[in-house]
Amino acid sequence: MSRYFASRAVQTLLTLTVMSLVVFVLIGLMPGDPIDLMISGDPNMKSEDAARLRAAYGLDKPLLERYLAWASEAVQGNFGYSRSFGQPVLTILWPRLLNTLLLAGSAFVLSVAIALPLGIWAAAHPRSRADYLINLFCFAGISTPPFWLALLLITLFAVFLGWLPAGGMAYPRPGTPWSVALAEQLRHLVLPVVTLTLVQLGPYTRFMRGAMIEALRQDYVRTARAKGAPERTVLWRHAFANALAPVLTILALSFGGLFSGAVITETMFAWPGMGKAIYQAILENDYNLALVGLLLATAATIAGNLLADLGYAWVDPRVSLAADQP
Amino acid sequence: MIRRFLASLLALAALVASPAQAKDELVVALTQMPGTWNPVISSMLAKSLIANMTARPLTAYDADWKLVCLACTELPTVENGKARVIDLPDGKKGMEIDVELRDLRWGDGVPVTTKDVAFTLEVGKHPLSGVASSEGYKRVLKLDVKDDRRFTMTIDRVTFDYNSSALLLLPAHIEKPIFEANPAEYRNKTAYDTQSTNPGLAFGPYRIVEIVPGSRITLEQNSTWTGEKPYFKRIVVKIIENTAALEANLLSGGVDYVLGELGLSLDQAIAFEKRHGAKYNVIYKPALIWEHIDVNLDNKLLADKRVRQAMLLAIDRKAISEKLFDGKQPIAHGGISDLDPMFSPTARQYNYDPTAAKKLLDDAGFSTIRNNVRQNAAGERLSIELGTTAGNRVRELVAQVIQSQLRQVGIEARIKADPPRLFFEVMNRRNYGGLGMYAWVQRPGGVPRSTLHSKEIPTAENGWSGQNYPGYANPQMDKALDDAERELDVDKRRAFFAEIQKLAADDLPSLPLFFRVDPFVIPKALKGVTPTGTLNSSTLWIEQWRWEGP
Repeated sequence: MSRYFASRAVQTLLTLTVMSLVVFVLIGLMPGDPIDLMISGDPNMKSEDAARLRAAYGLDKPLLERYLAWASEAVQGNFGYSRSFGQPVLTILWPRLLNTLLLAGSAFVLSVAIALPLGIWAAAHPRSRADYLINLFCFAGISTPPFWLALLLITLFAVFLGWLPAGGMAYPRPGTPWSVALAEQLRHLVLPVVTLTLVQLGPYTRFMRGAMIEALRQDYVRTARAKGAPERTVLWRHAFANALAPVLTILALSFGGLFSGAVITETMFAWPGMGKAIYQAILENDYNLALVGLLLATAATIAGNLLADLGYAWVDPRVSLAADQP
Repeated sequence: MIRRFLASLLALAALVASPAQAKDELVVALTQMPGTWNPVISSMLAKSLIANMTARPLTAYDADWKLVCLACTELPTVENGKARVIDLPDGKKGMEIDVELRDLRWGDGVPVTTKDVAFTLEVGKHPLSGVASSEGYKRVLKLDVKDDRRFTMTIDRVTFDYNSSALLLLPAHIEKPIFEANPAEYRNKTAYDTQSTNPGLAFGPYRIVEIVPGSRITLEQNSTWTGEKPYFKRIVVKIIENTAALEANLLSGGVDYVLGELGLSLDQAIAFEKRHGAKYNVIYKPALIWEHIDVNLDNKLLADKRVRQAMLLAIDRKAISEKLFDGKQPIAHGGISDLDPMFSPTARQYNYDPTAAKKLLDDAGFSTIRNNVRQNAAGERLSIELGTTAGNRVRELVAQVIQSQLRQVGIEARIKADPPRLFFEVMNRRNYGGLGMYAWVQRPGGVPRSTLHSKEIPTAENGWSGQNYPGYANPQMDKALDDAERELDVDKRRAFFAEIQKLAADDLPSLPLFFRVDPFVIPKALKGVTPTGTLNSSTLWIEQWRWEGP
């Protein structure tokens, strides 16, 4: 087991190193640099200003040299400063990472908790009214643009009914009782979490339904039924346990994407998260911020995959992490 | 039990009957999170909107576009003897300007003094400090400190805007040790970003007490402010980047007021006024931001000015303004607004006239029409790329209308919308196909040197600085611009401005479209907000804001 983890750690390090190089080069190759942006916005900037600033930010050096300088600092834990915020990138990203974890994590848990039973129910009753209804609901979720859904929810629950805040996070003043602070935070979470959940629910339910239908067609399910096993046992112990492995892969992959992929929801609800920070950093040519943000998202994807592998071993006894088995 | 119930009822009734409490907190919103808070490192509208509540520049343009003193006691002018033309040691002419600082104190009680002025200039001039534009600082050749509040600046030229100083002071007692420790690291170590809530960084009516990156900034009254006491004890600035969500927050009461300078778009405000006009005062303040189309003069199809003139005659700007902007967006006849004191009505104006446009195109050699597109004798089709910024919905809409109107006279415009950073990169390198639609900001009475002078054409040699993206070079224009900059007499300067506007209107290196208006959607209870239409935002006078109502 420890050998497995050591091997995964090496793989992770290699992936992150390659990713950092690729992202750094890609951002560097994008047209324009931060100084060009400054020049276009400030008519008073002169050529000597541009040259001075390029030297100050190290932008006058070749791309590879800049990458090596950044990487040598990064291995010492110094990931550089955000050009647009004038602060260390981790100072900017860390609170946003937590915010995203709160938002995306809640939505992820909620959507999985709803999608799996719905998918199983639909698979157990194929072509029934409930199945059609669930499918309709799923396709509505898949085809609804998140920004439109967010606006709809804001208009209904914040503007017309006035039940929930239209956006932002709760920042209770010092001295606020914890129960009040918690309630306020939950009120701010409801709409963005519901938006993300409704968007994710469709695909997850469809995956679960498909995997379950496939599993229910297998011989071992027929055998279990022939042996007189109750339908609940057939469904959960035989079919579900086998259908879970492919669904785990999808969930693991989407888990990583949650860290950078909630841009629209974060923007609509003014939620200060990672997705918005990365998007803005790329637009503003804030190299360090974009780079470290994307690396964190990569690390989250890798962590998600690791969790999926551990999950396989848990749901399928044939999978062993200890031995090098095919 | 009954007695206790009655007592509770009475208490509740008393509470209901008590007079309405004054509103202590104003929640405002804007669409962008400021970056660095240091006032001299870079300029950014979002930062200025908030920084204007915590500090003041020496001078600013007010709502009537008049220059006024904010951190100084009296505007220095040649007329009052506080500004003088002098001979510099190198034989050139320069100016001496006497300034007296107002009685101001930083939030930690330390007075604002000439030491802060000297330090700010030192940072501005230092090559490693990271200040974006050092031009304004380098212009100051010498600083003679008279005492803690009075100083004389010697500047390196005679210029009409000698007394306009947007100098934003840095607190020397906090920032100087940081700067002197390592000037190259100053931009990363400045207290504005490492101790943003330090009271010693503010001398305005408010100071920052909390920053939640990407979400909100809280300001509270600054006890050391020596000016008019502000009405609101606390200002909360929420950052909501999506304008639709911004509107929803305004309607739901999550936000009291959206800052007009960086808030709702014009079309949004027009629709908002129609639906909710009863609760809000909507002010459309003409601003000095002019939407225009730059013409790449290197494109041989556009080299003949008759083609450029025909294009402008073929664009029905009045109809566009009426249909898309409810007539709120004034038509631009050039880069100088007709509200600007330097506006000249004698320069040529182009009213919609497709017949005249067709004739000009015929005269320019594009007389044959094939597949609805004109071409010249050499068979070159009058087909031009019209670039603009992607994501700006209004601008993309205008581009489509222009495309359709140009087609009516036989000009094919191929729209190309790029993300702003890519678009401006292409414009700055002058690689754009033919036309580039975007906006510039002007100052009241400002000389449009950076966009019209031949020395401002971006090239590899000048590090791509300058904003003359059309590549316009006209010695007459250069002379008029130089003269207008140097002339101190307003009437004589107006004559040079008339020449600048005449040449620009004849040569048309840029096709003027509209002057943008800033829509201010102000709740009826909020009084005292005075939109300026200039880069000096309404928050410079935030101490005049009041809440009168529920």
